[in-house]
Amino acid sequence: MSANLEPCLDIRGLSAVLPNGQRVLRSVSLSVQPGEVRALVGESGAGKTMIGKAVLGVLPKSVRIVEGEMLIEGEDLGRLDAKARRNLIGARTALIPQDPLTALNPSRRIGGQMTDRLVRILGWSGERAGQRIRQLLDEVQIRDPERVLKSYPHELSGGMRQRVLIAAAFAAEPRLIVADEPTTALDVTVQKQILRLIAQLQRDHGTAILFVTHDLGVVAKISQKVSVLYAGKVVEEAETAQLFAAPQHAYTRALIAATPRYTDPYASLKPVDESVLAGLTAEIVTADKDWRPGHG
Amino acid sequence: MAEPLFSVRGLKVALPDMTRKPLIGRAPLAEILKGLDFDLPKGSVTGIVGESGSGKSTLGRALVRLLEPSAGSIGFEGRDISRLSEGELRPLRRDLQMIFQDPMSSLNPRHTIFNIIAAPLRQNGLGDRLKERVAEALQRVGLPQNFASRYRHELSGGQRQRVGIARALALSPKFVLADEIVSGLDVSTQAQILTLLEKLAAEMGLTVAFISHDLSVIRRLCQQVIVMREGRIVEASATDALFDNPQETYTRDLLAAIPLPEIDPDWLRPKAPA
Amino acid sequence: MDEARISRRALSPRLWLAGGWLLLALLAAIFAPLIAPQDPLAQDLMLERLPPFWLDGAEPGYWLGTDSLGRDLLSRLIFGGRIAFIVAFAAAISACFIGSALGLIAGYFGGWADRIISRIVDVWMAFPPVLFAILLVAVLGTGLSSVILAIAIIDWTRFCRVIRAEAMSQARMDYVESARIAGYGRIGIMLREVLPNVLPSVVALLSLEMGIAVIVEAILSFVNLSISTDDPTWGSIIAEGRLSIHQAWWVLVFPLITLILTVLSFSQFGEALKARFDPVLR
Ligand SMILES: Nc1ncnc2c1ncn2[C@@H]1O[C@H](COP(=O)(O)OP(=O)(O)OP(=O)(O)O)[C@@H](O)[C@H]1O
Ligand SMILES: Nc1ncnc2c1ncn2[C@@H]1O[C@H](COP(=O)(O)OP(=O)(O)OP(=O)(O)O)[C@@H](O)[C@H]1O
Ligand SMILES: [Mg+2]
Ligand SMILES: [Mg+2]
Repeated sequence: MSANLEPCLDIRGLSAVLPNGQRVLRSVSLSVQPGEVRALVGESGAGKTMIGKAVLGVLPKSVRIVEGEMLIEGEDLGRLDAKARRNLIGARTALIPQDPLTALNPSRRIGGQMTDRLVRILGWSGERAGQRIRQLLDEVQIRDPERVLKSYPHELSGGMRQRVLIAAAFAAEPRLIVADEPTTALDVTVQKQILRLIAQLQRDHGTAILFVTHDLGVVAKISQKVSVLYAGKVVEEAETAQLFAAPQHAYTRALIAATPRYTDPYASLKPVDESVLAGLTAEIVTADKDWRPGHG
Repeated sequence: MAEPLFSVRGLKVALPDMTRKPLIGRAPLAEILKGLDFDLPKGSVTGIVGESGSGKSTLGRALVRLLEPSAGSIGFEGRDISRLSEGELRPLRRDLQMIFQDPMSSLNPRHTIFNIIAAPLRQNGLGDRLKERVAEALQRVGLPQNFASRYRHELSGGQRQRVGIARALALSPKFVLADEIVSGLDVSTQAQILTLLEKLAAEMGLTVAFISHDLSVIRRLCQQVIVMREGRIVEASATDALFDNPQETYTRDLLAAIPLPEIDPDWLRPKAPA
Repeated sequence: MDEARISRRALSPRLWLAGGWLLLALLAAIFAPLIAPQDPLAQDLMLERLPPFWLDGAEPGYWLGTDSLGRDLLSRLIFGGRIAFIVAFAAAISACFIGSALGLIAGYFGGWADRIISRIVDVWMAFPPVLFAILLVAVLGTGLSSVILAIAIIDWTRFCRVIRAEAMSQARMDYVESARIAGYGRIGIMLREVLPNVLPSVVALLSLEMGIAVIVEAILSFVNLSISTDDPTWGSIIAEGRLSIHQAWWVLVFPLITLILTVLSFSQFGEALKARFDPVLR
């Protein structure tokens, strides 16, 4: 993977604030190369989902972007008008959501929901969309696609639903997929199958993935690069192998130490040290003091 | 090994299966637990693992008698509690406590933390020195005293779970069921809660059933493990024995499915066909 | 802690406006004999159909004018408020008590209790309410107490349905299970864990129901089935006003405005109270 390739997603110095002026993202920069899986890891409330939403253009109304830019395959989203931006995002990105049940309309059959996007946004014919979906359902190893297409969401198990959503995400051949904790709701055995599927599809289709998770175990298995997020700030960024071999930031080290591992029970389960957190908070507070929106 | 606190024989639980309920009349019963035999030694921490839907929660709820078994016996300190009525169970309740998975929905939004912890004390004849006891319970789980006047929405996820633990332990029970108590929390908070539980269980000599599908957590916390699948016990043994030498393929698959925070390029490769 | 929480929340104008009107109307009704400028029953044919104060030919002391028998409209409205509020409180509270209790039992206990109570509610709701009320009053005989009784008998189902649904969703929460673990019995759990969580809805419905009771009472007076015709009620004033709409529009318009304001205020007040009692700031 050469460094002079144009990144598929490039976020530069992105900051966002809440109505009360509190910052939720602090000059976040990260990029995803074509065909790369970039993990975004951090504890609850760090702002992982917020970044994913910013990329997909679905931030809550109360959250305002105050500086920074986002480029999808070199096109600056900030320079486009709302409609062009929506079209660009619709055509080149897709989302695999965390909770497969709430992401599907309970009163519609799976088939219609899956082809909708292809027909509406990409303007495909119904027939072509149908074919494509069947092909993808096959790729995610759903044995009886016809039955699944005719089912309602509640008639499928959690693992099946997540497969359906993965198939739907890959169907439109997006350049970039944002996967927001796609396996957190699943048990470990199903999680492994799903991760394997995502990795395989990603390789076959050459898709770039921004993979949001709080599980360092998942990070180690699926990603090539990692950004570690704390309180809306990227505290460390590295190649995945590098990160686990030699974590640079104290917070990253603490996070790795806190991740349980059955192979080494006594080395694990150390809560992140208060002093590390205090240091980070102090760092952020000083940085916030000097910060003015828009001057970075 | 110590004498058992729980001694379960031939435990079966059947629940009405709402998906097959006819338009009129009762839903047919579905057998969720299909005959379990095991002991929980006094003062031990036992892990219960298995994939989703294997019946872990159902088993736990039968142990604390939120459910009535359809067959078999649950010996608690030598007495079969599987058929006791709600009234007969009441004096036993203080010994059989539970910590819930979702710290949000297990705390009533309209009660203060003080009232939430005080309720079981009042109900079980420990209503004297209430303030002191609640303060003690808060202190035990490392929450500041002024949290007593807060409501659940004023707490973080980890703090809520500490309240759940404080409530369960305030009665100094003999047994605590912990059903997926950390699966909603991030790793750092998870580690805090688990070390807390570990410490308290050792201090108070508690017997704990710890339900989880995370075998890494189980290995750290538990002395013995029960592996469940489809309502049956697949394997039950001492933790080290199970992890060092899993007997069943199912157990091995469960272990292999855990993503360790280590680079392993082969982990995601499909298994070579046997 | 409690105070801090309440003062943090903005006091909504809705609460103030609705509450203000209700308080004003209530005080006027309570102190009617002191406040009313005239005797509401005193007829004076010399003073018939006086217009309200800003029109030509108005008499001082008769602010909102008089009706076709020369009775002071404002005084009649104030005295009519007494009956309106008595009916509103008594009927709504009884309906609330019966309905909420049954709804709570049906929703929390489920099973047999639920099946029986729900069936009764279904049957009850099959009757058109106003017709039902007229029928009941016809059977019970006219008079204040039978109006109250009729409204309570008809409208408890409104509480029952809503509270049942809420209690049912509460019954599935973990804290209910947790209370069982703590050793609480079913009644204890219902009162301690479920009731506080449905209370805001009860309060909102109660306030709404008071407004509805005011309307129903007005309708019954309108069709002459309520209290003895001498005592002024808002409904009977409206009925009279309708007859003289072309000569004296005010006799119809002012009681209508009073009625609508009161009913609206009750429902808005209830909603605002509910929002305010919610401990979860969302
Ligand atoms: N709609 C919103 N309005 C205001 N603040 C919000 C909103 N949604 C989230 N936040 C806040 O923004 C911060 C980042 O939230 P975000 O959902 O991105 O966290 P996360 O890293 O995805 O956490 P988790 O692992 O729990 O999903 C949090 O402090 C959260 O409280
Ligand atoms: N109240 C109920 N009525 C009918 N069936 C139920 C009920 N509760 C659970 N089940 C069924 O019993 C089986 C076991 O459920 P249980 O909740 O014990 O699984 P679990 O091992 O705890 O799973 P998870 O890891 O997802 O919590 C499942 O198939 C479930 O659908
Ligand atoms: Mg998130
Ligand atoms: Mg469970």
